[in-house]
Amino acid sequence: MEFIESNLLSLILFSPLAVALVIALLPAKEKTLIRWVALIGSLITLTLSLYLWFSFNPNWQVFQFEEVRVWYDAIHSSYHVGVDGISLAMVLLTTLLTPLVLLASFKIDDRVKAYMALFLILETGMLGVFLSLDLLLFFVFWEIGLVPMFFLINQWGSEKGERELWGGIKVPARAYASFKFMIYTMAGSLGLLLAIQLIGIVGATFDLPLLFERWTSLDPHSTIIGLPVGTVKTIAFWAFAIAFALKVPVWPFHTWLPDAHTEAPTAGSMILAGVLLKLGAYGFLRLVLPLYPEQARQYSGVLAFLAVLSIIFGALSSFGQTDFKRLVAYSSVNHMGFVVLGIAAAAFAQGTESATIAMNGAVLQMFNHGLSAAGMFFLVGVIYERTHTRDLNQFGGLFPLVPVYGGILIFTSMASLGLPGLNGFVSEFLVVRGTWGVGWAFPTFTALAMIGLFFTGAYILKGIKMVLHGPLNEKWVGHLSEINTREIIVMAPLMVLMLVTGVWPAWILVVINKAVTALF
Amino acid sequence: MSESIDLTMTLALLPEILLLVLAGLVLTFDLIWSEDRKRSLGWLTAGGLAVTLVVSMIFARPGEQAIFVWGGMLRYDWLGFTFQMLFLFGAALTALLAMDVKELGSRGEFYILMLVSTIGMSLMVSSADLIMLYLAIETTSIPMYVLAGFFKQDNKSTEAGFKYLLFGAMTSAIMLYGFSLLFGYAGTTDIYNLAFAIQAGAIETIPLMGSLFLVLVGFSFKISAVPFHFWAPDVYEGAPTPIAGFLSTASKAAGFGVLIRFFMAAFPTISTEWSNIIAIVAVATMTLGNFLAITQSNIKRMLAYSSIAHAGYILVGVATATPLGMTSVVFYLIIYLVTNLAAFGIVFTFWRTERSDEIKSYDGFSRRAPGLGLAMMVAFLSLAGMPPFGGFIAKVLVFAAAVNADMVWLAVIGVLNSIIGLYYYLIVLKHVYLYRTDADEKPVPVAVPARIALIILTFGIVLLGVAFAPWFHWSTTAASILF
Amino acid sequence: MQFPIISVIVFIPILAGLLILLIPSDRKTEIRVTALAAAAFALGLSAWLYFSYDLGVGGYQFVEQYTWLKELGISYHVGVDGMNVPLVLLTGVVMFTGVLISWGVDDRPREFFAFLFILATGVFGVFVALDMFMLFFFYEIAVFPMYLLIVIWGWKVSREYAAMKLTLYLFIGSVIALVGALAMYFASNLGTFDMIALEGAGFSAGFQKFWFPFVFMGFAILGGIWPFHNWSPDGHVAAPTAVSMFHAGVLMKLGAFAALRVGIMLLPEGAKFWMPFIILLTIVNVVYGAYIAMVQTDMKYVIGFSSVSHMGLVAMGFATLNREGMIGAGVQMFSHGVMTALFFAVVGMIYDRAHTRQIPELGGFSKKMPFVTIAFIIGGLVSMGMPGFSGFVAEFPIFMGVWKFQPWIAILASISIVITASYIIRIISKVFFGKMPEAYADHIHDVTVLDKVALALLAGILVIVGVYPSIMVPLVESGVDNILRLLGGA
Repeated sequence: MEFIESNLLSLILFSPLAVALVIALLPAKEKTLIRWVALIGSLITLTLSLYLWFSFNPNWQVFQFEEVRVWYDAIHSSYHVGVDGISLAMVLLTTLLTPLVLLASFKIDDRVKAYMALFLILETGMLGVFLSLDLLLFFVFWEIGLVPMFFLINQWGSEKGERELWGGIKVPARAYASFKFMIYTMAGSLGLLLAIQLIGIVGATFDLPLLFERWTSLDPHSTIIGLPVGTVKTIAFWAFAIAFALKVPVWPFHTWLPDAHTEAPTAGSMILAGVLLKLGAYGFLRLVLPLYPEQARQYSGVLAFLAVLSIIFGALSSFGQTDFKRLVAYSSVNHMGFVVLGIAAAAFAQGTESATIAMNGAVLQMFNHGLSAAGMFFLVGVIYERTHTRDLNQFGGLFPLVPVYGGILIFTSMASLGLPGLNGFVSEFLVVRGTWGVGWAFPTFTALAMIGLFFTGAYILKGIKMVLHGPLNEKWVGHLSEINTREIIVMAPLMVLMLVTGVWPAWILVVINKAVTALF
Repeated sequence: MSESIDLTMTLALLPEILLLVLAGLVLTFDLIWSEDRKRSLGWLTAGGLAVTLVVSMIFARPGEQAIFVWGGMLRYDWLGFTFQMLFLFGAALTALLAMDVKELGSRGEFYILMLVSTIGMSLMVSSADLIMLYLAIETTSIPMYVLAGFFKQDNKSTEAGFKYLLFGAMTSAIMLYGFSLLFGYAGTTDIYNLAFAIQAGAIETIPLMGSLFLVLVGFSFKISAVPFHFWAPDVYEGAPTPIAGFLSTASKAAGFGVLIRFFMAAFPTISTEWSNIIAIVAVATMTLGNFLAITQSNIKRMLAYSSIAHAGYILVGVATATPLGMTSVVFYLIIYLVTNLAAFGIVFTFWRTERSDEIKSYDGFSRRAPGLGLAMMVAFLSLAGMPPFGGFIAKVLVFAAAVNADMVWLAVIGVLNSIIGLYYYLIVLKHVYLYRTDADEKPVPVAVPARIALIILTFGIVLLGVAFAPWFHWSTTAASILF
Repeated sequence: MQFPIISVIVFIPILAGLLILLIPSDRKTEIRVTALAAAAFALGLSAWLYFSYDLGVGGYQFVEQYTWLKELGISYHVGVDGMNVPLVLLTGVVMFTGVLISWGVDDRPREFFAFLFILATGVFGVFVALDMFMLFFFYEIAVFPMYLLIVIWGWKVSREYAAMKLTLYLFIGSVIALVGALAMYFASNLGTFDMIALEGAGFSAGFQKFWFPFVFMGFAILGGIWPFHNWSPDGHVAAPTAVSMFHAGVLMKLGAFAALRVGIMLLPEGAKFWMPFIILLTIVNVVYGAYIAMVQTDMKYVIGFSSVSHMGLVAMGFATLNREGMIGAGVQMFSHGVMTALFFAVVGMIYDRAHTRQIPELGGFSKKMPFVTIAFIIGGLVSMGMPGFSGFVAEFPIFMGVWKFQPWIAILASISIVITASYIIRIISKVFFGKMPEAYADHIHDVTVLDKVALALLAGILVIVGVYPSIMVPLVESGVDNILRLLGGA
């Protein structure tokens, strides 16, 4: 027990990887066995993270369960992990979604072994980002997550469709999408990499708590590599910001997202929207705000502006889609815009009450979007599996055929839309409340964001209408079966959490609140 | 001439005396033995030479101090002795290689001529007098003229003999003229006394340089340095291959032995001038030799040009006129003799079966005779200057000497040349190892004596390349006599 | 007397090579088993050497010294420090896997293994040499077998041209460096070729500045530095699989290592003077090499140019002359060696089956050879500098070093990471996951167990070093400290 206590984070971090190795050793033909091992393995991780949740003391403002081990001493980087309220929420989200995602993938029949192993490796990568307290280690996990995701899209993505490349070469759409995903993210993290190196040189350490002091307390009149500190910090700030904005994604860096989502397998989309997008926002919270408080304040207007554009254009694009999955994909751009808006407002108004509220909202919105987006993608997957189409025009009037499914879809959509009483409302309200009280520009942005919110309602209702209501498309009669038990089991925890958070958000806000006040 | 003949004087001539005895023995057995037993004359010659070598090594080693013997005609020192041993070794192995060719190895006169020529070389490298030197050079050359044209039925061989004779006679005449001028100016034929005369300013610079050039012509012919190299390819190609090998090694070594003795002894005071002249000759020799070697399709012609190029490398060592330079010359010659004899030996062995010296005909050689192929690789890579074979350390020393003497430019030209060398040696190896012919399965038989010779030589190349300390030490001893 | 472990490692291959030459040529199995046993023995010893190097003591260990030629101060002097001990291990690994991969060589395996082992002795010798003459001696021994190996067993289309080009380039480089080395020998007035003694020779600044480019560039040719890199991809393409592995995996390190050992360590002032210039050359290597790799269609050319790019990073790391850069370069030599050996092994396996290396003509190998696919992906991730693999461990400090030296170069060089990612992904998605052409579908079979062992070993090392850099970095660090001491604590 003591061992578990003192190595809890490492256990959480590496247990998925260990399970992946076990799976790699199983014979490829034992598909059922592999599925169950993966699921049970991920449940172990979930158990551990629940244990973490309950042993976590929300009243301490410091990192908890810290572990430091020698890793790469030559450049002063170490294996340093720890949690605070923000990362704890994200860890919980990740470990919760993974079993659900694996369960959702039980129908996958092609190379199950590799598929399951990749998902578990992906989980380790994501958890690593949330747990790292070392800048280099953060980057390690940040990049590692790309690889499994690339292969999941590239190999298990949708088999239809072609894209034309330069020179008229035609490639499968999933290859195109995965390539775009990979290169965009790598290119984005290039600046991050360079900036991290710079920080490592200046700070002579990669340890985050140390850097928070050293990097921010640099004499503003001194120079680094021949440039004034302020200039260098600004450049480095943008290197970080762009890398994270790409991942969130903030308009205009979002173009990889719809492609990736459309081509990814259902479970891939779930995890992509549910957790991977949060990595970007988490980067803002964990690194950008503490490392560049001044720059963040200075450029918070730009960030907020982009966030508002994300909200508006995300919603408009979503409304314009006829592909159900693309519709949901653009909704992610829309929802994540609120996260960034909240962060930007908090950066501007550091230390004020409004800032704290906005930040609480942003973190909660991350959590909530993780639940609802995963749910939405799963539901799209459920219907696609049965009809083999995602074209909204092909559906219509399906409610009578699949009443349970319809109910779940409406419930989840409402959560996504921000219906009071469900989780989405709480977080969006907090963000809006927070931004409203900051300066003169932010209320303007908030007002503009309301336009986006209006269209959010529009596209969600459009989706529901075109699938469930309207004239019944006769061809599905007799072909469309009801959502099955396994699928309901996947949805159930999500729906419960949506409801609980909507009604009693304090269970999680307690944890988040202390952490966000400690950020500055 | 009042001094009596004492033991030292006899010992100084011991190799030559033994060689003479051996020549007599060969002559006698040539008369006694029937035609089909004459092949054994080769064993006799080789064995006799080996005995001479061993006996001389045991009894006739010179002391620390050089001694003039026979009225100052000869100088009994380590330099001469080293070269003598080298000639004995070279001649013995040539005899072994040549034994199993009927037209060559079963003729007594072949062995006798070779032995006589060896006597000439021995005397050449120990001469301390211009007259003695000239006599020795002629004793060396005349049997060689005959040997080069030994295959009377073969037009090329006859041509080779004749060409060699003409060139040789002309250049030695010029050299003799140079000798006479020197005598005329200095009033002495003693090489070592010449130095005093020159130091004393007895000779004006211009006549001195003029006569020096004339002498250099003769030596250049011997070592086949540019521009007196023309004979080499034709003679090597036409002459019986073992003779060509002997010419390109022992005879060339003798030429270098004389060159360094003569110039270091007679002209120490004007060494800067002649250093520069020799350096230019060296550059011309190696560059021309290497470039022309690239275009050859006949392996003997290629080896001829390569031996010209090697003369150029050795001249780099001569040009430095430093102790290290002279050491490197001696050392280079030791290694070069072993390596080039091996190369010619293999070429000859192949010719016995195939009757062809075209590089093309070596296709598939390594499949037909893996052992010979390997030996050929060793020899050619040594020529190219690759470790762990002797050629590497030899080249390193020569270039080190150049760098040491502040002639870096010469070293750079030298190393660039060695790259060209590598190119054409590799081309041959490509034929040996890569290409195939229909006759892949046809083996290349190697006679026992030749096999012995090639094994000795191949191991010698590796030995010289790896355990070079004793040989270097020996070369240092020999070269130190010059200063 | 202590067990002469280094000498045993150096001479095991050549002795095994000679032994193999004595086996009748038709007994191919015996030949292969002998080769494998010798390679395994060498690997075992070099691993033992690696792990028994005492970091607490530091400096040169397991030193052996015998006089070779007293008059000129030449000695057989070997020893390992933190810089070269990983390279010895690397050579052991590549040699062992090279033999495994070459099990199928059927044309004169006897000569093949013999030449390969002579090459291995040369490589080991250079890495452990503490005497300048000895270094050259073994350096040349490592070069010439390449010619024969490529020309006899290479790719029929280009082998003659490529082999000759390679040999001449390398020979030119080494002889030019040799002249420089001789100049150092005489200028030192110490009468010794011993490099540890020469480190303290105190050459004048003018002398160092004059000779440094000769020595450094002479060796750097073998390290593939632009604009003398051209021999390298051609050589890779023409060489048989095991030779490509050796060539890219080990030989190119030989150049970089010798440039460091003789160039930077003996002529530190010259190094400081010339490094800004050299770093400009390496930036071309890194970016241009990656770009050329991207536009190739022949898989082997892709890997060949990627080697040029990655070796540019090694040279760049050394050229920074600071702690981070050099540590990175040291690790990169090892990491790239293993990675590229893995790449060439895989390319060889694919070529053996498909008889083409044209990327557009290949596809779908993941279905037939899943194990190979995973190995290649791991190699690819290393190549991209993906964190968690050894490439990242190596490249990250290099970039840090370059930051300290000149920031905009770091920014420029980092472009290569994205380019690398794009060509690696292209190969992975086309060759392994693309659609398999009908023509191959039937006769492509999975690789043998031996091949898998080799790939597993290589891939395993890449992951271990990547996940736990402390297994190697402290060693390299101690070696770098020694170099920095010579550079005057720069």
